Amino acid sequence: MFRRLSRWAVALPAVLVLGLSGCGSGGPDASTAPAAGAGAGEVTVFAAASLTGTFTELGRTFEAAHPGTTVKFNFGSSATLAQQIAQGAPVDVFAAASPATMKTVTDASLAGAPATFARNTLQIAVPKDNPAKVDDLADLTDAKVKVALCAEQVPCGAAAVKALDAAGLKVTPVTLEQDVKATLTKVELGEVDAALVYRTDVIASAGKVTGIGFPEADKAINDYPIATLAKAPAGDLAEQFVDLVLSQQGRDVLTKAGFEAP
Amino acid sequence: MSLRARLVVTRPAFELDLTLEVAPGEVVALLGPNGAGKTTALRALAGLTAMTAAGRISLDGRALHTLPAEGRPIGVVFQDYLLFPHLTALDNVAFGPRCQGFSKTESRRVAAELLERVGLADRAAARPRELSGGQAQRVALARALAVRPRLLLLDEPLAALDAHTRLEIRSRLRRHLADFDGATVLVTHDPLDAMVLADRLIVIENGTVVQQGTPAEVARHPRTDYVARLVGLNLYRGVADGTRVRVGELPLSTSERLDGAVFVAFPPAAVALYRSRPDGSPRNLWQAVIGGVERHGDNVRVHLDGPVTAFADITPAALADLDLTPGLRVWASVKATETHAYPA
Amino acid sequence: MATTEHIRPVKPRRGFTGRPSPSPGRLSGRLPWMLLLPALLGLAFLVLPLAGLLIRAPWPTLPQRLAEPHVLEALRLSLVCATVATAACLLLGVPLAWLLARVEFPGRRLVRALVTVPLVLPPVVGGVALLLVLGRRGLIGQWLEATFGVTLPFTTAGVIVAEAFVAMPFLVISVEGALRGADRRFEEAAATLGASRWTVFRRVTLPMIAPGVVAGAVLCWARALGEFGATITFAGNFPGTTRTMPLAVYLALETEPEAAIVLSVVLLAVSVVILASLRDRWVSAS
Repeated sequence: MFRRLSRWAVALPAVLVLGLSGCGSGGPDASTAPAAGAGAGEVTVFAAASLTGTFTELGRTFEAAHPGTTVKFNFGSSATLAQQIAQGAPVDVFAAASPATMKTVTDASLAGAPATFARNTLQIAVPKDNPAKVDDLADLTDAKVKVALCAEQVPCGAAAVKALDAAGLKVTPVTLEQDVKATLTKVELGEVDAALVYRTDVIASAGKVTGIGFPEADKAINDYPIATLAKAPAGDLAEQFVDLVLSQQGRDVLTKAGFEAP
Repeated sequence: MSLRARLVVTRPAFELDLTLEVAPGEVVALLGPNGAGKTTALRALAGLTAMTAAGRISLDGRALHTLPAEGRPIGVVFQDYLLFPHLTALDNVAFGPRCQGFSKTESRRVAAELLERVGLADRAAARPRELSGGQAQRVALARALAVRPRLLLLDEPLAALDAHTRLEIRSRLRRHLADFDGATVLVTHDPLDAMVLADRLIVIENGTVVQQGTPAEVARHPRTDYVARLVGLNLYRGVADGTRVRVGELPLSTSERLDGAVFVAFPPAAVALYRSRPDGSPRNLWQAVIGGVERHGDNVRVHLDGPVTAFADITPAALADLDLTPGLRVWASVKATETHAYPA
Repeated sequence: MATTEHIRPVKPRRGFTGRPSPSPGRLSGRLPWMLLLPALLGLAFLVLPLAGLLIRAPWPTLPQRLAEPHVLEALRLSLVCATVATAACLLLGVPLAWLLARVEFPGRRLVRALVTVPLVLPPVVGGVALLLVLGRRGLIGQWLEATFGVTLPFTTAGVIVAEAFVAMPFLVISVEGALRGADRRFEEAAATLGASRWTVFRRVTLPMIAPGVVAGAVLCWARALGEFGATITFAGNFPGTTRTMPLAVYLALETEPEAAIVLSVVLLAVSVVILASLRDRWVSAS
């Protein structure tokens, strides 16, 4: 039995790991949201998918500083998270990838005043061998260059439109991906020649793609707001977690990952 | 001979090995108890069951065993007919000609003709599930004949019919088989079907031929208990010395003069039963014990144990007179003229 | 009560009169609640989310939203792709089912298990796997591009490939079951009538397993119509070429949940109408 399984055991994880790397996509559904009535020693944080690495690290720091406390994360598309919050998910802290998304939560008086804790800028991501020889934004207008952008409905897509407008360029992408990770995967696999993604994602890809900066990126800077929820079950602990994110220690972690200070 | 075959099929716990010769126009019935290998033999002829290397089939001088089922010039009527449920009666019959490369129109013309011949022209558009058992049987026959086979195979062609339909279909089938000029092999476990339909019977038990001959020969000279039961005779194996035959301990007188190993047969109706030893002492007399009593047609069949086991058919009136109950000792006798001895 | 009711149906020939039952209430009294209760719960479980969509649908603005060209475009693309994918599944899946049901070969159990992999695989993973094989740099995709200049990702053909990949197991499993249930003696009968293997399959086997094939095709089509993960991963998302309804629904959810509900309702309505009419036609034909 084991021997028969082992063949699978080798093949499947390989596929799965590859899959998951491009799988910010589906986004967690309601069933993965933390259960209601979390204990006082628990902080539930909903955060944009692009914060996965940094916030996980900050969560560990927080747990170390507050023995007995656990930080639970739900990473996903900011818009999906905002909807889950609107549907009553028991959340302490919400960190969004765009002020617009945060606004839907604050407008509904579900959260207190948000603070901007990080900024992200776009880069052109190309496969390591850069087959289409892309080196600036104008190259993306070439019909022979396959470009992936995020869909306009998600923050990275909105930012891309802003940047391209600022440059006065018209790019026809082959696909409008549902989130930035999926966009990046298309570049990693070489299915597209270039994509506009966040600088942090290029850094997180650990060399699998090459990032190319461009001046118009300054016109499409993405602010990351964070806020504690009005009905935060964890109360003070929620505030303390936000404090950690805004602290110098938090900033260091974020900067290392490619975020800029606000 | 149009068909010459040695059918050899080996399976775990079963071996079939029999030779078969059928002349053109002849109908041969394979008769045997369940599990004797009749259907296996038929399937081997049809190419649906693989034979071992020793198996040979030749039809009109042409080797058949090297051909797959679809390449053999055969027509098969299956036990439950296996009419294609999604096709009309007409298209069922036209299926074979279509496969032989005839056009749709031509195939349907042939099919319509055959349905006419089996008296079902008016049921051409019916689906199999709308046909009665007898009608389905006739469509199945028409379908098998539509490919103009040189060998017609019928597997228990009447078994699925009720008694009344069976009578009618049996005589119809007999006429159709008489019209068919190729070789016919039919499989049945019913002696009546075999006697009525076949020119020759081949009795199979445990995968081998135990007896063959015309229905009359087989009916008169059964050579196994199975055949004797089928044809309704008491059968014994004995040693003859002139007109006297020793069956075990029991001496019997017969009308034939023979020497050596013989069979002795007599019908149950020839056995007379007495409560006390009869006067005048007929030659063949023995004491028997009633083993059981059952209805048999208009008569009563009495099972006798004793030096030989035998069946005796008596009238219900005789049963009442004799007041027979199981375990009772009685005298049984058979006239020498009613017995029939023949070499084993 | 139950015991006395049980005896009644034994009365001879009662069912053969052809008259409607004199007291229909008695019939429902015999339905075992142990089956009925879970059955109704199951039905509610399946239907309630649909009811939720219908209740929350923004009915006043519905006509105007429906008239938007991108909705019709996505709907058309969904229907076309699901149908072509189903056709492709039939073409490949029926022979595959036949192979699994009728041909003994070493490793058949393993192959049968492999066929169900797309059922188990999260669709997004399936999409990535497809990229690795058929993508521009994939094992076969590379060769396809070099030889024919064909790339599948980001094309409508890619959508069809992704949908067929995810949906085919439904067809194969259904058809294989039908093949195993079919009486093979009919095929033997056809062979004795001179039918070649191919003719037997075409004229006897296939018509006899038709209900299973239709059921499988319907499942397959429904699965293809709702396909999201593999499609967006393998074929991407671009209006007119690869943005099917489920993709449109997902993107609409990001910004405008009401629009997402409208799209979902449209997709559901269209698929229910098509499946119901197909089923009616099929049932009355048989």
